[in-house]
Amino acid sequence: MASVIDERQAEIADEFAMFGDWMEKYEHIISLGRDLAPMDESDKVDDNLIKGCQSRVWLAARKGDDGHVRFTADSDAIITKGLVALMVRTLSDAPAADIAGANLSFLDEIGLHSHLSPTRSNGLQAMVKQMKLYGLAFTAGA
Amino acid sequence: MTTPTLYDVHAIRAQFPILSREVHGKPLAYFDSAASAQKPQAVIDAQARYLSHTHSNIHRGVHALAQEATEAYEGAREIVRAHLGAASTREILFVGGTTDGINLVAQTWGRANLGEGDCIVLTRMEHHSNIVPWQMLALECGFDIHVVELNPDGTLDGDQFEQHLARGPKLVAFTHVSNALGTVNDVKHWTTRAHDAGATVLVDGAQSVPHLAVNVQELGVDFYTFSGHKTYGPTGIGILYGREALLDAMPPWRGGGEMIGTVSFENGTTYNELPYKFEAGTPHISGGIALGAALDWMNGVGMASLTAHEHVLTQHAHAQLESIDGMRFIGTAPCKAGVVSFLIEGVHPYDLGTLLDQLGIAVRTGHHCTEPLMDKLGIPGTVRASFGAYNTVAEIDRLAEAVARAAAMLR
Repeated sequence: MASVIDERQAEIADEFAMFGDWMEKYEHIISLGRDLAPMDESDKVDDNLIKGCQSRVWLAARKGDDGHVRFTADSDAIITKGLVALMVRTLSDAPAADIAGANLSFLDEIGLHSHLSPTRSNGLQAMVKQMKLYGLAFTAGA
Repeated sequence: MTTPTLYDVHAIRAQFPILSREVHGKPLAYFDSAASAQKPQAVIDAQARYLSHTHSNIHRGVHALAQEATEAYEGAREIVRAHLGAASTREILFVGGTTDGINLVAQTWGRANLGEGDCIVLTRMEHHSNIVPWQMLALECGFDIHVVELNPDGTLDGDQFEQHLARGPKLVAFTHVSNALGTVNDVKHWTTRAHDAGATVLVDGAQSVPHLAVNVQELGVDFYTFSGHKTYGPTGIGILYGREALLDAMPPWRGGGEMIGTVSFENGTTYNELPYKFEAGTPHISGGIALGAALDWMNGVGMASLTAHEHVLTQHAHAQLESIDGMRFIGTAPCKAGVVSFLIEGVHPYDLGTLLDQLGIAVRTGHHCTEPLMDKLGIPGTVRASFGAYNTVAEIDRLAEAVARAAAMLR
């Protein structure tokens, strides 16, 4: 049975397949960034800051009574924030173990893999790593 | 100013193979020459010809290749000497680049001359390369660093510069042209003033040598350093000019082959004469030769026409970008070279750079290795378009259109 994370990735890939060119794709990413649920200001602290070289990303995680991990996040750059929104949509509200072991292939499929490269210095790669670490920590019962 | 119409930019572009490639399906518009300039065929050929025809280790060889390689390498040193107007090739050291040149001065001259109770003067617009080597040395040697702040237009605060000079600094180290703002500093004036105050002067020429004719004797500087890769040459090679009397008195830094006179376990080691005293180990021979070819190429274009062409580009960029809603230029000094740095209200530089990249336009975004400057300005970074011999007015029109389009998407 496909995990909820894989189902979401397939859904995102379908969604992006509709776009004819890069402009539409980026416009969609920007609108996802605008629509991302706001992060509590109390969570936007340095402890939750993932330092990219250029754009800053904040990430907070909580484990619910149902055993699912929920992420909230933000970024000061809107394209990064749109990509952050995709990550949150994919990984949030899923079992901790699934998050820790997730294979994120959807960025490849939608042609945005370069954004995960460390040379982009946008903090996104470090964010994915941090999300998986949260998954691991919560699996261990933290 | 020479008449820009005499400058055949299309003939120049044709000499740069990389400029004919596409990025994301669009013709490349390269506005990142301040980070690294592209290479003309003459430079590519010089390096390839050396590697495929002449290569051998230089100096001390009796065979033909060793002699030819030595002649080519030392010939390049003479090209550099002539280009900088230095008195002798003994004053021209091959180093890894500007960063390496500054570190050499810090570790030799600095270590020998700076100590407890001394001070040096730097400016707010310095690249990290002209800050960190001094901070590292200051931690060890205990001298103070005083910083000249900037006026709102990105020029040096002259009054404060004078106040710092009145403290009697041992060294004044500053950039000729700011990589983040484009400001051209009056090197001759400040060198004279620093000398009057008894200081030694080091100038970072990484952003000036690519754009302006530089004559070290006319400027009166003690040390001047630049990078090959920003002057249309290869990476990994650069130049440190030093006045002979200073270099002579400085202890060597890196020990090894080439920099020695004689080596003995019993009687100790003596050092080679200038410039070899500071050139331990086998150098970047092909890089040095290609750097000579790059300076030859620039002189073929003509430094005056190059400066004039880039002045036109900078002016045009300011004029075209100015009308974009929310545009804020960072650095509006009356005398600028090769750089237009800006922010658009409500738009993150990273986002703008990402969309410009999709449009085939290469700019640099971020702090440009000038964090102390960005912190002082209270901004996370800028979008920087920097120009070279090959950029055209039409490309700048494309840049302005793209910035307007991207900004509209992002706001």
